[in-house]
Amino acid sequence: MNILKPAFVLVTLVIIWQLIIILSDVPPYILPPPFSVIEAAVAHADIILVHATITFIEMVVGLVIGTLLGPSSALVLSYYRPARQWLMPILVISQAIPVFALAPILVLWLGYGMISKIAMAVLIIYFPVTAAFFDGLKNTNLGYLDLAHTMGASKSSTLAHIRVPAALPAFASGLRVATAMAPIGAIVGEWVGSSEGLGYLMLHANGRMQIDVMFAALLILALMAIILYYTVDAGLRRLLFWSPETKLNQL
Amino acid sequence: MKPDQNFSISIKADRLAFGAVFLFEHLDFTLKKNEWTCLLGPSGVGKTTLLRIVADLVPNIKNVIAKCSDNKPLNGRTSYMAQDDLLLPWLSVLDNVLLGYKLRSKQGDRSKALNLLQMVGLSSNIDDLPDKLSGGMRQRVALVRTIMENRPVVLMDEPFSSLDAITRVRMQDIAADLLGDRTVLLITHDPMEALRLGDRIHILSGRPVKFITPIIPEGTRPRSITDTQLLKEQASLLTRLSNASTLDLG
Repeated sequence: MNILKPAFVLVTLVIIWQLIIILSDVPPYILPPPFSVIEAAVAHADIILVHATITFIEMVVGLVIGTLLGPSSALVLSYYRPARQWLMPILVISQAIPVFALAPILVLWLGYGMISKIAMAVLIIYFPVTAAFFDGLKNTNLGYLDLAHTMGASKSSTLAHIRVPAALPAFASGLRVATAMAPIGAIVGEWVGSSEGLGYLMLHANGRMQIDVMFAALLILALMAIILYYTVDAGLRRLLFWSPETKLNQL
Repeated sequence: MKPDQNFSISIKADRLAFGAVFLFEHLDFTLKKNEWTCLLGPSGVGKTTLLRIVADLVPNIKNVIAKCSDNKPLNGRTSYMAQDDLLLPWLSVLDNVLLGYKLRSKQGDRSKALNLLQMVGLSSNIDDLPDKLSGGMRQRVALVRTIMENRPVVLMDEPFSSLDAITRVRMQDIAADLLGDRTVLLITHDPMEALRLGDRIHILSGRPVKFITPIIPEGTRPRSITDTQLLKEQASLLTRLSNASTLDLG
């Protein structure tokens, strides 16, 4: 991966940020200069680290649970026609409810701790992963299935050796979307009700007009999200070394 | 170890419609043991449907009767090679060749697979993924996979039609060499291919198709492309097929 080009864009953005401050004379409690954000991040490193760890655990655990739940439901949906007929409409309708609107209810039911935030992340991740994998399982090349049939393959071995591997590229795109969305779930959960995590820290700093701390928390959150995304992406790339999509998506 | 193939298969149906399309009338032909039977016809005539029915790939077709002369079912004694090579992109060449064993949870005969891959000139590609191979190489892998199934009857659906002319002729030679003693049903729209490889050639044209007496070319397969008799017959077959399809269009 060529790191120079994105780094160049990043530096340009920071320069524009600084220029806006110089040219427009915005007070630092509206937009703090980049340098004081970094200063705040260093000065409050211990507190930010504590809260970042909490948020990171929520994101990762939510992602893992969602990634396990999604494919298993997709398998059930594609395998049992009744499950598809009864559950698929519910699954689709459930997406009409904005997950954010559920946050207060989840906090009410599951408490102020990490569980309600993990539940939020899982809820957000579940649908893209399930839908993508289900789609992949449904769209197996019919030729492969013909071939397996003439080779005398059982239903379960066709699933294990043909349909699941063939659906993995679709699953991977779903998981990429989910990974990008996982932080949203955790942060929204923390905004609605919590006493720890970066979302909490941002609200707290906002209330005390520590805008530089708020920006520092945001910076760390963005960093974590990026690291998470590229880790998952690299893992998927390694797993799906054979997929033409992997080669197309090469950065 | 050769499969037991001491039987012929007669395939019969009074009429065969697929959806609203009336495909065949008085369908009646025989796959004689150890012979190559070709069904030659233009695209869209229903050849593939017929082959898929014989391969037990079309559910709920009751009126086509495939009867083996040894009174055992045909099901489970055929292997199938499609127009598309159907290599699984995530498996190496060797694993693709051994796919049938894996699907049946059996130990594959690796040395036989390696041997066959060597015979088709792919011994240096056994660990490659299919997308590294050319079309002709992929089709050779598919051919080896078909042979590895070790079934007495081989059903081939235009397996070489996507290849360029030179590769196609080479593939026909390889197939004739490796599958020479099997009972083969080969579908093709290429008169040259039918004449090179067929022991009996049924011409499928019109709608519905009526089966008439098959053409039995002289000599042994694979017949040489320079054979003047073959070239003459190819011309006459082309004329027959194009006349029939003009009528069809009218």
